[in-house]
Amino acid sequence: MKAVGLLFTCGLLAGCSPSPANNIGVYMLVDTSGTYREELKKAEQIIRYSLSRLDAADSFAVARIDTGSFSEKDIVARITFDDRPSTINRQKRDFAEQVSLFVQDARSSPYTDITGGLLQAVEYLNEKGPAEKTVLIFSDLKEDLEEGYIRDIQFNLDGFNVIALNVTKLRSDNVDPREYLERLGQWQAKVEGSGGRWQVINDLDGLEGLL
Amino acid sequence: MTFLLSITPWPVLSALLWIVLVITALFLARPAAHKLILATGNALHRMFRVASLSVISAEKRLNERNREVLLAAGREAKERIIEREFDRINETVRKDLGNFSALHRNLSESINRIEDDHSAAVEVPPDPPGWVKAVQAVAAMDSKDNRMGVGDVLGDIHKSLVKAHKEAMLAYHEASGKRHALLRKMRPEWREIQQTLGKVGKIVNSLLLRSSSIDRHMKEYEDIVKGEDRAVSILSSSSLVYFFVSAVVLVVAVGGATINFSLIARPMAEMVGGTSLIGGFRTADIAALVIILVEISMGLFLMESLRITRLFPVIGALPDKIRVRMIWITFSILFLLASVEAGLAFMREVLLHDELATSALLRGDGGAPIANEYMWITTAAQMGMGFILPFALTFVAIPLETFVHSLRTIVGLAAIGVLRFTSLVLRLLGSGSRYIGVLIAQLYDLPLFIPLWWAARDGGGSTNKEMRKVAL
Repeated sequence: MKAVGLLFTCGLLAGCSPSPANNIGVYMLVDTSGTYREELKKAEQIIRYSLSRLDAADSFAVARIDTGSFSEKDIVARITFDDRPSTINRQKRDFAEQVSLFVQDARSSPYTDITGGLLQAVEYLNEKGPAEKTVLIFSDLKEDLEEGYIRDIQFNLDGFNVIALNVTKLRSDNVDPREYLERLGQWQAKVEGSGGRWQVINDLDGLEGLL
Repeated sequence: MTFLLSITPWPVLSALLWIVLVITALFLARPAAHKLILATGNALHRMFRVASLSVISAEKRLNERNREVLLAAGREAKERIIEREFDRINETVRKDLGNFSALHRNLSESINRIEDDHSAAVEVPPDPPGWVKAVQAVAAMDSKDNRMGVGDVLGDIHKSLVKAHKEAMLAYHEASGKRHALLRKMRPEWREIQQTLGKVGKIVNSLLLRSSSIDRHMKEYEDIVKGEDRAVSILSSSSLVYFFVSAVVLVVAVGGATINFSLIARPMAEMVGGTSLIGGFRTADIAALVIILVEISMGLFLMESLRITRLFPVIGALPDKIRVRMIWITFSILFLLASVEAGLAFMREVLLHDELATSALLRGDGGAPIANEYMWITTAAQMGMGFILPFALTFVAIPLETFVHSLRTIVGLAAIGVLRFTSLVLRLLGSGSRYIGVLIAQLYDLPLFIPLWWAARDGGGSTNKEMRKVAL
C-alpha cells in the first residue's frame, strides 16, 4: 500500500516538474564592412522574418561584424521573449524598430572580424541555454583582421547550427571561383570541426526552412 | 538415411526390411497406440466440453444479470414516468380544480339568480274583468220589460269595457317589459355557466387523458415487474436506440467543447504563460481544459440538483432547502465561468489583432492593419459563443446519463455475444478433437492394412466395430 502511495506521489511530482526546455536561441551576425553594408536591407528582412518565427521564451540577438566583434558593444539588439502573447508582440515591434534604426545609421567598418563575432555568439547562446542554438552569419565570409588581433582559437560548437546567409561573390571570386569555394570550405571545416552543423542559404526567397 | 539403407548390401532389401520391422512394431503397439490416441481425443473433447459448459453457464448468469439490470432500469424509468404523470395530475388538480369550491359557489349563485329571475318573470294571469258581472246583470233582465235606461247602461258598460281594456293592455305591456328585462339579465349568467362548465369539462378531459396514459404506463410497469419477455425485449431495443442517440448527441457535445477549448486556450496563455508545461502539455491548454471540465461538472451538478438527471443519488436525496441552495451555487459558478469565457474570447480577438498588426509590421506591409468596421460582429459572436457554450454544455448531463445507463446493457449484450461465440468455438473444438482422435487412429491403421486384413480374416473384423463405437 505504501509502495502504491509512493508511486502515485512520484508520478504526480514527475507530472508537475518542469518539462525540458524547447525554446530556440538565435544570434545573428551582420557584416557591416566595406561594400557589404549595402546588403543591410536584406539583413533587416531576414531579421524580421526570424522575429515572425520566434515565440515565447526564445532568445534573439543581432550583432554587427566590425573590426573587433568579440564585444557586447557590438550587439545591436537582444531580447528574450516573455511567455505572454501580448508582451511578445510588443517586444517584437520594439526589436524591429531598433534594427531599423541600426540599418539606417550603420557605418561601414574597415575590417571584418567574423571569428570574434562567432565567439561572442557562442558565449551569448551558452549563457541563455536554449534547447536549440542557431547562429546566422550574414556576410560574404571574407575575414579581414586588423593587425594584432588573434583569432586562431578553438571553438566548441557542439549543438550549434551555423547558417551562412547571402554569401555574396567578390570581384576576385569571379576571377577565380576557387577562392569562393575555398572560403566556404574553410568555414565549413571550421564549424564542423568544432562539432557544429553548417549550412549555406544564398536564395533569400527560400527562407522557409530557416528556424 | 544412408545408414538405414546399408544394413544389407542391397538398399531395396534394407528398405523392405525396415518397412516390415516398422509395420510389425506398429501392429504390435496398435492396441496401446489406439487407446492413447482415442483417450487423448476423448480427454480433449471432455476438456473443451467442460469449458464450453462453463462458458454457457457464465453466459446464462450474465444473461440473467442483464435481464435483472434491464428490468430494474426499466422499472425505475417507468416509476419516474408514472411519478411525473401523477405530479402533473396533482398540479392540474391543485391549479385548476383547487378553486373548485369557489367555482361551485359561483355556479350555484348563478343558478339561484336565474331561478329568482325566472320566477319573477312568470306571467301573472290578468284579473277577471269587472264588466263580466255587469254583462250578466244585463243579460238577466227581462227583455219584455223594455225598461228605460238599458241603452245608457250598455253605453256605460262599453265605456268601462274600453277603459278596462286599455288599462289591462298597459299593465300587460308593463309586465312583459319587466319580464323581458329579467330574461336579458339572465343571458350573461347563462354564458358564465356555459364557460365554467366548459372549463371544468376541459380539466376533466385532460385528467381522463392523463389517467389513460397512467393506465398504459401501469400496464407496462406490471409487465416489467412480472419480468415478461416482451417487456425485456422492448427495454433491450430501447436501450440500443438510446445508446446510439445519446452517443450522437455526445459527439456533438464534444465538438462544442472543442470549439470552446479553441476559444479560450490561446488567451489563457496571457494568464498562465505560454511556455510552462505540465507532463508534456502546455499549462495554458490544461487550464483551458480544466475550465471546460469544471463547467461540465457544474452542469452535471445543476442538472442533478434540478432532479432532471439521477447520476448522483446523494444530490437527489438532499433536503429541498440544501438542493435549492446547490442550484443557486452551481448556477452562479457557471455564470461566472461563462463570463470569464466571454472575457477570454474578447481577449483572443484583441490578441489576434495585435498579432496581425505585428505580422504586418514584420512583413513591411506598412504597420497597422486595415481596420474593418464589421470586425465587431466576429468579436461579439466569439463573446456570445464563449458565454453560451458553457450553458449549452450543461445539457450534456442528459445524454450522458442515458449513455451511461444504456452502455451497461450494450456491454452486457456484447459480453453475452462473446461468451456465446466462445462456447460455440469450444464445442466445435471438443467435437473436432474427438473425431480427429478417431481419424488419427484410422490413419495409424492405414500402413497396417496387410496385417489387419490377416487378423480380420481370423477375428471377424472386430477392430472397425470398436472404432465406430468409440467414435459414437
